[in-house]
Amino acid sequence: MTQSVVVQVGQCGNQVGCRFWDLALREHAAVNKKGMYDEALSSFFRNVDTRSGDNGPDIYKGKICSLKARALLIDMEEGVVNEILQGPLRDVFDSKQLITDVSGSGNNWAVGHKIYGCQYRENIVEKLRKTAEHCDCLQCFFIIHSMGGGTGSGLGTFVLNLLEEEFPEVYRFVTSVYPSGEDDVITSPYNSVLAMKELNEHADCVLPIENESLFEIVNKIHQMINSGKLGSTVKQNSLVTSSAGSARTLQVKPFDAMNNIVANLLLNLTSSARFEGSLNMDLNEISMNLVPFPRLHYLVSSLTPLYTLADVNVPSRRLDQMFSDAFSRDHQLIQADPKHSLYLACALLVRGNVEVSDLRRNIERLKPSLHFVSWNQEGWKTGLCSIPPVGHSHSLLALANNTCVKPTFIELKDRFMKLYKKKAHLHHYLQIDGMEQSCFSEAISSLSDLIEEYNELDATKGGPRIDASRLKIAV
Amino acid sequence: MSIVTVQLGQCGNQIGHEVFSALCSDVRGTHGLCSKKENESYQDSCKERFFCEEESGVPVARAVLVDMEPKVISQTLSMAARSGHWRYNSHSHFCQKQGSGNNWANGYSVHGPRHKEAIMNLVQKEAEKCDRLGGFFTIMSMAGGTGSGLGAFVTQCLRDAFPTSFILNHVVWPYGTGEVIVQNYNSVLTLSHLYHSSDALLVHENDVIHKICAQLMNIKQISFRDVNQVIAHQLGSVFQPTHTAGGGSGYSRNPLGDLMETLVPHPEFRLLGLRNIPQMPEKSLPYSAFSWPGLVKHLRQMLIANAQMEEGIDWQVRPPHPGSSIPSTNKPLHFNTSIANLVILRGKDVHSVDLGSFQDPSLYTSWLNPQDAFNAWKTPRAFNKYEKSASLVSNSQFLLKPLDSIVGKAWNMFASKAYLHQYTKFGIQEEDFLDCFTTLEQVISSYTNL
Repeated sequence: MTQSVVVQVGQCGNQVGCRFWDLALREHAAVNKKGMYDEALSSFFRNVDTRSGDNGPDIYKGKICSLKARALLIDMEEGVVNEILQGPLRDVFDSKQLITDVSGSGNNWAVGHKIYGCQYRENIVEKLRKTAEHCDCLQCFFIIHSMGGGTGSGLGTFVLNLLEEEFPEVYRFVTSVYPSGEDDVITSPYNSVLAMKELNEHADCVLPIENESLFEIVNKIHQMINSGKLGSTVKQNSLVTSSAGSARTLQVKPFDAMNNIVANLLLNLTSSARFEGSLNMDLNEISMNLVPFPRLHYLVSSLTPLYTLADVNVPSRRLDQMFSDAFSRDHQLIQADPKHSLYLACALLVRGNVEVSDLRRNIERLKPSLHFVSWNQEGWKTGLCSIPPVGHSHSLLALANNTCVKPTFIELKDRFMKLYKKKAHLHHYLQIDGMEQSCFSEAISSLSDLIEEYNELDATKGGPRIDASRLKIAV
Repeated sequence: MSIVTVQLGQCGNQIGHEVFSALCSDVRGTHGLCSKKENESYQDSCKERFFCEEESGVPVARAVLVDMEPKVISQTLSMAARSGHWRYNSHSHFCQKQGSGNNWANGYSVHGPRHKEAIMNLVQKEAEKCDRLGGFFTIMSMAGGTGSGLGAFVTQCLRDAFPTSFILNHVVWPYGTGEVIVQNYNSVLTLSHLYHSSDALLVHENDVIHKICAQLMNIKQISFRDVNQVIAHQLGSVFQPTHTAGGGSGYSRNPLGDLMETLVPHPEFRLLGLRNIPQMPEKSLPYSAFSWPGLVKHLRQMLIANAQMEEGIDWQVRPPHPGSSIPSTNKPLHFNTSIANLVILRGKDVHSVDLGSFQDPSLYTSWLNPQDAFNAWKTPRAFNKYEKSASLVSNSQFLLKPLDSIVGKAWNMFASKAYLHQYTKFGIQEEDFLDCFTTLEQVISSYTNL
């Protein structure tokens, strides 16, 4: 069994991260009735013998003593991390996993990347090494951050670079929250594009998330519950936005519901690696199957169902609805419509009491309405995990490598160019040591190239299918 | 003679478990429908072939379990132990932590060499436990990374370490509509490599078995367990003891050798398909009655028309007229030409069965005598609760279309260079791919021109 380490950077990264750890504990508590430390738990948690203080040895088998998250919490302001340490999750982290500063990055990528990066490099490397040493077989780093600010964006991508240098064999999965058009941080386009270059070059897989999508999902759920349309009661803990049953029950914070969705995304992504199933789908398989060309590693994700009703009997019609929903525009975690764009590859990870025939039936059913690139007409990667998420009897995570990410990138580029043409706010960046005009031109160039690659693929959509002529054998 | 089974990857281990379960439950069953002496002889022969006797009396499977991640092996070991009727040797398994990531190159070039010694040690130990080693039976899928890549490497190692032993690879072909996106690459790489080191490839296609589960077994929500149980039944129907034609009174002592001898006369033709009838839900068995002539007729038509199961057979397909020498390009389009066939009959009144229709020369290519091209194994001992059961192992054009389809899709993807970086980073280059494509195009051409 392998382990994964979560590196949460900046305010957004840490808030999402916090929800992730909370829901992960909840999920394991639901499955692990005997309180024994098992392989599934070990993928994200260490079991530490704290009788002799915080520096106790790791216990690899036997009863759970004290679970510590395999995590690194990084923020250049203290507020968020402090709150986590005073909250119900304080025992899950120890002081050796934190890196904080006081003044923040001022929403400036260059401050995060160049200044703090340089300043904290050794500290970060040392703490990463320590976390890695506690792992028997470290498979993946999960970075959680936002793109629009200074710390998550700048220092987060600095850490990404570091991870590639120091741990080249370990996968780097990045969950990035992209800024919306109405973002109140004026310089968010600069920060995002500068960060994009790093993601293009150093990440194995990126899961882009947009707040608008999360917000719409949260609203949709509110409406469904309040409208009384649902016949039976909704199981509270099944809501993809819910913290029910987790450590944080009181004092719900405003972004919690949205952050829970992202936390559930990560839990579902890793479920088949942690729990058993009839067709396992590990993290290295996700990267292998969904990334046909190294730079095209942006995966649009969707989670269904968003909630479960309390009645137990699930007719297969409802199961099929779950599959249909996964491809609908309003279940995607970015503002995108994969159905009307071109699929390069698609992965379906099902959890719970779903069998291979249900999977096949739905793929056959949905295939005709989806456009796949000519060289990957049957580009489906599937996984079946037996353990469903808390509150559900089954669930589905769909990951699509689809050209529908293009509009998000094009808009980002447009917003960047609006500022850049006027050289607005540029001096804040250029005055930082190590920053030059070329950083900007290279970054926008990298983004443009990426958009162009998607354009070329889109151009093939709907065209005639020409099969490459086969090798001829002399008889 | 004993057979050592090597279970590779998730698929190999899941199927392997069902195979040993089926063999064990068949042997313990009371539906033998034959004399006590016959039954005892059958039981002894099966046990010697597949199991090792221990002091505790619980038979231990002659198997080595290999996987690059631990979950499946640990499940397999515990399921077997819980049955109480048989188990695996608790030391005969090898696993790692990280899996192969569906990457053939990772399985073949990285895991293979790295773990060769450990794995071959386990195989050696199992081989030494056999009084007489009859050969190796490997179970793997070709879509993933471990079964396919590491499986190909291990097969090569087996060939190098045991040059005179028979190696039969049971290869599972994935669903046509993707289980794994790079399955066609992995398949091309696996098949071409196995062709060089294995004696024969016995193939099961997930799509075909799925249909059997849906239409014949009437299973509503088909799980991989259901699919694997049908596969295990079909494999059991081939490998349980039988009397070969000239074998005298006892059960055949060299099943793998006999299989190779009858079915693989030429090294270019190694692909074996398997059909078994009848197949039905267990609860329907007491209400069904079959006649041998009926079963033989159906099986023959399934062969000629390349039918995947006993429903929906195209009865219009006829072999070409005997006597006239028709060039292969003019043969009726849907007719399935055979190189060699083996029919295995189990159950009541088996000795009275007339299999002359399988010796019709028009079924076969011209370079073998029909008497040599066709063989039959029989036993009066019924198998797995079926009063009568007939299996066909065929070296014919059964797999030509699926193979061509896989190679075609893989080639299309290769032409666009998609996913190649994932393989080159582990040492499999474009030239290696080209070699593999060439090998398989050659195989396709050979089978097409029968």
